[in-house]
Amino acid sequence: MKNIISNYGGKYSTIFYKKEFILFLVLILILILNSNISPYFFDLVNLIDSTFLFSEKAIVALSMTLIIISRQLDLSVASIIAISSCVLGYTNSIGLSTFSIISLTLFCGIFCGAFNGWLITHYAIPSIIVTIGTMSLFRGLSYVLLEDQYYSNFPNIILELGNGYFLNLIPYSFFIFIILTFLFAFFLHKTIFGKKIFAIGNNPEASKYSGINVNKYTFILFTLNGLFSSIAALFLSGRLSSVRPNIALGWELEIITMVVFGGVYIYGGSGSILGVFLSIIILGMLTFGLSLLNIPGVGIIIFTGLLLILTIALSTFIKNYSNKNV
Amino acid sequence: MLVILIRAVDLSVASILALSGMIVSLLSQSNPNLPVIVFILLSCFIGTFLGLINGIIIGILKVPFIITTLGTLSIYRGLIYFISSGKQVYSHEFSENFLSFVHLKFFNLPTMFWIAIIIFIFIFILLNYTKFGRNLYALGGNPQAAKYIGINDVHYILIVYTLLGAIAGLCGYLWVAKYSVASSQIAIGFELTVISACVVGGISVMGGTGTVFGCTFGALLIGLIRNILPSVNISQFWQLAISGIIILVAIIINNKTDKIREKNILTKNNPI
Repeated sequence: MKNIISNYGGKYSTIFYKKEFILFLVLILILILNSNISPYFFDLVNLIDSTFLFSEKAIVALSMTLIIISRQLDLSVASIIAISSCVLGYTNSIGLSTFSIISLTLFCGIFCGAFNGWLITHYAIPSIIVTIGTMSLFRGLSYVLLEDQYYSNFPNIILELGNGYFLNLIPYSFFIFIILTFLFAFFLHKTIFGKKIFAIGNNPEASKYSGINVNKYTFILFTLNGLFSSIAALFLSGRLSSVRPNIALGWELEIITMVVFGGVYIYGGSGSILGVFLSIIILGMLTFGLSLLNIPGVGIIIFTGLLLILTIALSTFIKNYSNKNV
Repeated sequence: MLVILIRAVDLSVASILALSGMIVSLLSQSNPNLPVIVFILLSCFIGTFLGLINGIIIGILKVPFIITTLGTLSIYRGLIYFISSGKQVYSHEFSENFLSFVHLKFFNLPTMFWIAIIIFIFIFILLNYTKFGRNLYALGGNPQAAKYIGINDVHYILIVYTLLGAIAGLCGYLWVAKYSVASSQIAIGFELTVISACVVGGISVMGGTGTVFGCTFGALLIGLIRNILPSVNISQFWQLAISGIIILVAIIINNKTDKIREKNILTKNNPI
């Protein structure tokens, strides 16, 4: 019995190793291609500035990784970003202090995430359906709050967060993302909390019977996701220095793409932070390269959609194939 | 609605609708003399094709439906920009017979109404009086069991998504002709309305239950609410939020009634 388990674990870790190894190769390939195509690509300032464009999504992608590993899905993240940005703008426009603006924004995200979690666990409804509903609810509420207006004139601290550099070198959002990556990697791979998330993703029923409070974990994960969405909202509205209700439209797709491209199995139970980290960098460099080539934003959206479907089709194909061989 | 019945959701309907609407309106812009039946058939055909792509990706490549339709949602929507190069088609650029079809009247009711009735009857018969319909319910109720008794699920996934695509494509033509404007922005968020109509109409999102009548009443109810809102002075910005609330409330109520029904079954079978 012990033998089987260790064999199983050993085999899995080689697959993981392979997956991340492939991602790493892809990254190098993209870097080489990009620098060949465009002479402006390998400029250090350019490269560092390009991280502005994906760090906000990347922050949400980290917590989304946990959710997908635990066999759930959150489609409402982009709408949570929108509503927290609107709360940020609103509290700013009525003249609250900077501290209370930021804490209210974060609170809004936590509340929205907790609302998702409450609906999913209390009524035992599939998370996909719940978050389809809250996706339109939160987005709709931000339209109600803002109508066709916009908020701007943010305090300096928020603008600095969005546009500034840590130690005059790395953008704050990217810096926070790197720190969070280490934190998440530690929590997911080294603590009991993380092990339980994997257990829930592999078999929710069995983990329930082995004494894991699945509902509690689901609730915590969705609340976390709300929190990180609102952190992303802080950076995003600081960077754009204005807020409109259609902010971050369609981001849920890009965030899920980041996670799934990083080798997280969409039906839960496997995946790693390292893979997600690599895929975020790959996708970021790819879109940066594409935009250097003057490909319009819509083209990039189509490309993301295709990439998402292709990667999942490929990974399910490989999984089926290897199952047959076993 | 058929799609939800087999435990899936199609988020790309609005994009299919918009894409086929755009293609036929561009065609009518360049060839104003074509008869209206060509436009109708063409929009149906485009929808069928797009739906079939969805079905193939979901059924044969085994990509989860939610990922597929989220992906195709943005792909189809993005293609509109490329086809139309970001332009709009305005009412005066459409040909006469393209527009007039929706305004024709039979027995004082617009053609839209009759088309809705025809589709309604078609799906009603399909679900209630054919083997196909029974099998769909079986697949939704318990996919595993349905597979064991020999229902080919891939087959049904393909057919259902294709059918949905065809209907969405047809609606693309109707939508464009009705509002006589085609842009890349039409019907954004329409998929949520469709889903909420189904859920309000009592189709369980867990699959396996629901009737065409319920779905139709759900659609009517939502249409009614949307028409009432402006007349009681609630701004249009509430619409999205309200459809969200409707979906959530409907899901919760459905869930509660399901549980009560389960309890009733238990007490009936075990009269102790």
